[in-house]
Amino acid sequence: MAAAARFFIRGAPFKLPVSGVGTGAQSSFEATLLKLSPNSNSRTKTQRRHAAHFTFQPDPVPTQYGPTQKMNLFQSVTSALDNTLASDPTAVIFGEDVAFGGVFRCTVGLRDKYGKDRVFNTPLCEQGIVGFGIGAAVAGATAIAEIQFADYIYPAFDQIVNEAAKYRYRSGNLFDCGNLTIRAPWGCVGHGSLYHSQSPEAFFAHCPGIKVVIPRSPVQAKGLLLACIADQNPCIFFEPKILYRAAVEQVPVEPYTIPLSQAEILQEGSDVTLVAWGTQIHVMREVANMAQEKLGVSCELIDLQTILPWDTETVCKSVVKTGRLLISHEAPITGGFAAEISSTVQEECFLNLEAPIKDDQLLNPRQGPSSGSPGLHHLSFSSSFIQSVERGQEKTLC
Amino acid sequence: MLTNISNVLRACAQRNGAASVVSARTYADFTAEATFEIKKCDIHKLDEAPATQVVMTREEGLQYYRTMQTIRRMELKADQLYKQKIIRGFCHLYDGQEACAVGIEAGINLTDHLITAYRAHGYTYTRGGTVKEIMAELTGRRGGIAKGKGGSMHMYTKHFYGGNGIVGAQVPLGAGVALACKYLGNNELCVSLYGDGAANQGQIFESYNMAALWKLPAIFICENNRYGMGTSVERAAASTDYYKRGDFIPGLRVDGMDVLCVREATKFAADHCRSGKGPMLMELQTYRYHGHSMSDPGVSYRTREEIQEVRGKSDPISMLKDRMLSNNMASVEELKEIDVAVRKEIEDAAQFATTDPEPPLEELCNHIFYNNPALEVRGTNPWAKLKSVS
Repeated sequence: MAAAARFFIRGAPFKLPVSGVGTGAQSSFEATLLKLSPNSNSRTKTQRRHAAHFTFQPDPVPTQYGPTQKMNLFQSVTSALDNTLASDPTAVIFGEDVAFGGVFRCTVGLRDKYGKDRVFNTPLCEQGIVGFGIGAAVAGATAIAEIQFADYIYPAFDQIVNEAAKYRYRSGNLFDCGNLTIRAPWGCVGHGSLYHSQSPEAFFAHCPGIKVVIPRSPVQAKGLLLACIADQNPCIFFEPKILYRAAVEQVPVEPYTIPLSQAEILQEGSDVTLVAWGTQIHVMREVANMAQEKLGVSCELIDLQTILPWDTETVCKSVVKTGRLLISHEAPITGGFAAEISSTVQEECFLNLEAPIKDDQLLNPRQGPSSGSPGLHHLSFSSSFIQSVERGQEKTLC
Repeated sequence: MLTNISNVLRACAQRNGAASVVSARTYADFTAEATFEIKKCDIHKLDEAPATQVVMTREEGLQYYRTMQTIRRMELKADQLYKQKIIRGFCHLYDGQEACAVGIEAGINLTDHLITAYRAHGYTYTRGGTVKEIMAELTGRRGGIAKGKGGSMHMYTKHFYGGNGIVGAQVPLGAGVALACKYLGNNELCVSLYGDGAANQGQIFESYNMAALWKLPAIFICENNRYGMGTSVERAAASTDYYKRGDFIPGLRVDGMDVLCVREATKFAADHCRSGKGPMLMELQTYRYHGHSMSDPGVSYRTREEIQEVRGKSDPISMLKDRMLSNNMASVEELKEIDVAVRKEIEDAAQFATTDPEPPLEELCNHIFYNNPALEVRGTNPWAKLKSVS
């Protein structure tokens, strides 16, 4: 089978009809993609608008946590927060506009249910919000701070990195702000441009003392968020904003936790390991399917879930098995978290690697800020990956 | 002599068959200038306030009227285009607040500097942008003022530093520009605008401190339109006297719906800065008719009655129009002519903005770094490289 795959790859470039995968928009878009090879003329007319090309794929209904209810991502977050406020009398939720329900409706109904001294608005001051949250956490409250968009988290960077992350260490375990959880909408949404699309997990991954968690779906979101709240370390929980409405699953109504720092193998495979997190998981699922169908390549797909501290064991074990690794994320490649994974894997699994590790990144050139022009966003990764493999450009699979 | 000219003009008009609308009265009939009583500004750490008796000439009045009307119509057109999905992404409209942009510009020179937040279309216009460029930027076309790559929040012209998305981040920048003015000794100043929501950001207070410490020629202006997105000022600020929040910086609270009030206060502040006395803080009490952005209907946190009341009693364009008409500074027909001309200008601009092509793919990655030679950037798929030239 591997030989067949190699044959496919090394053959002269030929186009496989892409049938039955994705929507009709994809095939017309593909034609565009082929034109985008370096020597093509760029279109001067208004470009066709391409919608985000991935389909959210729900997981099977969990049975071990009790009765479930249909919820989308923001509703699952509300459910988690509801459970927390119900069981923990010290829990408070604060941030910009959370009182009426939040700009993404994650806190709808909580103020009415639990009172205005537990769910309250802050003024427009991220540094203040996080600093305040650290203080509240140190004093014993379960503080859940919302930053309205991950793009706005930078004024609070100092508080997170210098105050929150190092509190336990510098006080010799006398004090800690483990009760602090920071939530923020994260990632590309199509029309977000420079300041409503960022994925800053790599900045925070560089900082020991905090945990960084990114769910891929409502069931994961609720479990991971509850785990973050319960965890005795300050946690940052990034919620993929494009999935707030688009991702719908049957989510358990009762509280449950999903362990942090444990990557999940979503699909077993033997030829290549794919690692991703958040929205990208759904893109990679499509890639895995396409690779299987078109090239007969069996992919093992891993959802990292916790960025820091990340599950090196699961990833390395997988790479030892397959010998190839491809990591994909939305954030810019240079210094992105894939670089850290690559570095560790090449150190741990060097002799098992059969090809260079590929760091990949989906959207418009994020080595530069995303352009305001909406037509240039969200070109599909999946079909382009398959085509590049066909063109023999994909080193990882050689 | 004016009478002679007007007689000649009248004769010409009659000969031409009066195809265009001719004012029934000639220029000689209009008052060249008049004095107006304006509201007194509240002052903070100042000995005197700006004048309450101000003079406006006919030319000034017509210019303010035309500029405000252009901004108003441009914003309404942007609303329309957004609803037609020709403009996408974010769009924060300025209608209702026109007197602020026009009044400030009337109080400073084009060689002075200005920086504001995301509600920037009005300022882009008053600082020298054309309606065509602005609308083409909103629709993301190559004729746009930022080459179509910036969109609503990122518009710039000479001495206008945008157009900034992150709330409050533009104020320290403005203080820095003011420092450059002082350092270069060019007698210019920098106006830094921010909103009532941003007024609670820490970096604003850092800017106040630096500007006052080093006596920078900075005018900090808080455009208080009563709502920071959906949060009213009472719910966000411990003190809603934004003009006093600079503490050691002298402040003025100004009626932001009256273009003359804004102009006088800005002139007062500009004189203060240029004389080397240091920064000044102004709070403009104004109102926006639209919601925070196009995705905000604007009625969930305030009543329609409130919006109607402001529109009825304090609309800046109506106020100016009434003043001019009641002081015989212009005729109804003349102002209507201006309206028609403005409407045409906006229509033409919208037409251009809808038909101009989008920026070419080659330009997508330009200007990331300043580089020599060109930098290669990964394109929208891993195997297409784009060049970044700057």
